[in-house]
Amino acid sequence: MILDRLMSREKSAATPAQSGLSRRAMLQVSAAAGGGLLLGFMLPGFGSVDAAETAFTPNAFIQIDRQGLVTLTLPQVEMGQGIYTAQSVLLAEELEVDLSQVRLAHAPADDKLYGNPAIGFQVTGGSTSIRGFWEPMRQAGAAARHLLIAAAAAQWQVEAASCQAKAGEVSHAASGRKLGYGALVDAAAKLTAPDKVDLKDPKDFTLIGTSPKRLDTPDKVNGKAKFGIDARPPNMKVATVAACPVFGGKLASVDDSKAKAVKGVRQIVKLDDAVAVVADHMGAAKKGLEALDIKWDEGANAKFSSADLFAAMAQAADASKEGVPGEHAGDVDKAMAGAAQKLEAAYQVPFLAHTTMEPLNCTVHVRADGCDVWTGSQVVSRAQAAAVEVTGLKPDQVKVHNQYLGGGFGRRLEVDYVTQAVKIAKQVEGPVKVIWTREEDIQHDIYRPAYHDKLEAGLDQNGAPVAFRHRVVGSSIVARWLPPAFKNGFDFDAVDGAAGPYDFANLHVDYVRHEPPSGLSTGWWRGVGVTHNAFVVEGFVDELAALAKKDPVEFRRGLLGKQPRAKAVLDLAAEKAGWGSAMPAGSGRGVSLIFGFGTYVAQVAEVAIDKDGQVKVTRVVCAVDCGHQVTPDIIKAQIEGGTIYGITAALYGEITVKDGRVEQSNFDTYQALRINEAPVIEVHLVDSSEAPGGIGEPGTATIAPAVVNAIFAATGKRLRKLPVDAGALKSS
Amino acid sequence: MSFTIKVNGQDHAVDVDGDTPLLWVLRDVLGMTGTKFGCGQALCGACTVHIDGAATRSCATTVDSIGTSAITTIEAIGDTPNGKKIQQAWLDSEVVQCGYCQSGQIMSATALLDSKAQPTDADIDDAMSGNICRCGTYVRIRAAIKQAASAK
Repeated sequence: MILDRLMSREKSAATPAQSGLSRRAMLQVSAAAGGGLLLGFMLPGFGSVDAAETAFTPNAFIQIDRQGLVTLTLPQVEMGQGIYTAQSVLLAEELEVDLSQVRLAHAPADDKLYGNPAIGFQVTGGSTSIRGFWEPMRQAGAAARHLLIAAAAAQWQVEAASCQAKAGEVSHAASGRKLGYGALVDAAAKLTAPDKVDLKDPKDFTLIGTSPKRLDTPDKVNGKAKFGIDARPPNMKVATVAACPVFGGKLASVDDSKAKAVKGVRQIVKLDDAVAVVADHMGAAKKGLEALDIKWDEGANAKFSSADLFAAMAQAADASKEGVPGEHAGDVDKAMAGAAQKLEAAYQVPFLAHTTMEPLNCTVHVRADGCDVWTGSQVVSRAQAAAVEVTGLKPDQVKVHNQYLGGGFGRRLEVDYVTQAVKIAKQVEGPVKVIWTREEDIQHDIYRPAYHDKLEAGLDQNGAPVAFRHRVVGSSIVARWLPPAFKNGFDFDAVDGAAGPYDFANLHVDYVRHEPPSGLSTGWWRGVGVTHNAFVVEGFVDELAALAKKDPVEFRRGLLGKQPRAKAVLDLAAEKAGWGSAMPAGSGRGVSLIFGFGTYVAQVAEVAIDKDGQVKVTRVVCAVDCGHQVTPDIIKAQIEGGTIYGITAALYGEITVKDGRVEQSNFDTYQALRINEAPVIEVHLVDSSEAPGGIGEPGTATIAPAVVNAIFAATGKRLRKLPVDAGALKSS
Repeated sequence: MSFTIKVNGQDHAVDVDGDTPLLWVLRDVLGMTGTKFGCGQALCGACTVHIDGAATRSCATTVDSIGTSAITTIEAIGDTPNGKKIQQAWLDSEVVQCGYCQSGQIMSATALLDSKAQPTDADIDDAMSGNICRCGTYVRIRAAIKQAASAK
């Protein structure tokens, strides 16, 4: 997110980052990349080992006990993206332990100890984990190794430089002596940590760049892994909840007499805007909820519809004289005036829900003197703060027990469900687990914003672009979620990738903020701003290629003179896909290219369209340059999964609102791609020694335009709106 | 009302309404949390268990419909030959991401292998299309089923 903006800025001579926070983040990044100072990041706890403890804890991430058991506390949360394994690889590489020797622990809420260096607090999102922790984690491992070697050398009275650490042991080759880490922890804990430790030369890596088995998965194939929804503190009750179906509405009254008669129902809890039924089990809670007779005060949004919002956004796009400026180069007006051909287009993308497989849930036990929260959160310290705010307790009285996340995709960057659960728990004796039904999850999401984009470009006589203008109209997530980063009305995420990775000599991007009514919030969704902009820009660039009568790959290559890494992934994807070879009737091939999250991705999608206009994505070829690869197989898995997530949105994803209510409710009306619809996906990685890029989101961001471009190749029909409208593709 | 259900070879007496979905009996009454809640309407497959060997959505199966049938859950599927093969193939192929849907995927895949030792792609589509994975692990699920089918 913040980092992405900075990195996307590096690709061109665009105006510098506009917010103070961004400049600070740039300092952090450049300092970390420089290899010395780690501004904004603390390697905590050096030399402060409590003598009474039996374990060596050189920093917040590593603990080694006298038996040599290594416990790694992982600051970034595991939601499927493989970060527990990747973080462990970074630590273990320098600590010199085998991954089979480590145990993993979820980090508690603590911004100082576990804050994400890329963003500044405890957050897992924006594909920043490896980028943020690439160096700090290795430093933490190296510092611990240094102390263990020093302890052994002192005991043997030899030079530390003559000792070596490997596989959890320190050895002295000359004398053949060896000691396991467990035997060294007491002595190591008394030593003072060095300020800085030399890191391994990448050529000496033995773990980084390999694909060790994931550490989180053995318990995920036998039912043992504990997700938030699996928390079961003693004497726990289970609750389910109905919030006012109209955004921003309130509870007027509720008749709970029938609900109370349901076997297993214990209590009805009323909130300002919701009702919860507390029961012995979820079956009774759901039955009780259905038996409630609820009257809502629907409030100001009772007539709101998303169709009206799109109309208003289109009007704003045309009416606004000038939005808040983003990337800019040259003189677009002048270049447009001299263009041989011009093209204008409007693109739209809808609200999207996240539908993590694990519906939202949060288990809370509120007491007079404390509060425990069990949940899966991408923002653990914000979950704690939410409980502090509702209970009035002090932060050190609120303990968040973070769990495995059954999917995040940005939904668990919000704490609305934590706030609500704590409000309910305040009225309940003992612990209560609040579970949202899937219907509640879809109808009370914090949605990916709907956007309306207006584009304009000019080509010269040779079909080369001379001017490119892009106006983004939509709500600002940054303004709500990270207000300090929202400066002068500018939302860096909304326009992230708004000019693609291309060299446009005359370029202008601007942003017009347009919010849905209060009560309907928008938030992060996998691929964030890049997902929306890639669809728009890559679709429009394909249109320009067609206008110029050029091949889409060749046309893009002509705009990548200063972008060798982008050009290389584009060429690789085209080559592996057999770009240019014939396709059967009713099918087509489309390309797209992004730079986002520090990573370059090109994809070629192949689609087949039947006479009813139904689109099947049959094959996707991906070329990825994400810099230095930490765990290549996880990178491939993220691209595969991200692609599926993006195809779901491209073909099906659409949340519509009518009379203030979301019209979709479960997987029948808000569909997800299924295995029988899934394409073959081939992922080709480019070897690179560049700094690592993010990988959780690029696959999702790249795929939708590749699909619509393939549809164009197959049918000649240009789709400027998602999801794909099968009706428009019907054979006549 | 009290029902006795047989789960993983063991009888359990539970005192709930007869229309209570088996899912919540397993998870909340018996504390067996390996079986997951995803949609509550038999649309996503996260709650899949075996009832007398057949893959069944426990969120849409009421406790009073089970009678003396044998229920097998993810917690015990590794004790069956095909369940064990599927679990191993899942790990060998690195299928799993967040893992939340995988209990249901593994139960559906095991039932498939129980009925067809060498499933075709079309068999896999038929047996597995009721199980949604939002992490998008489908490519690897297909490969892992084929690997398990060829495992000795």
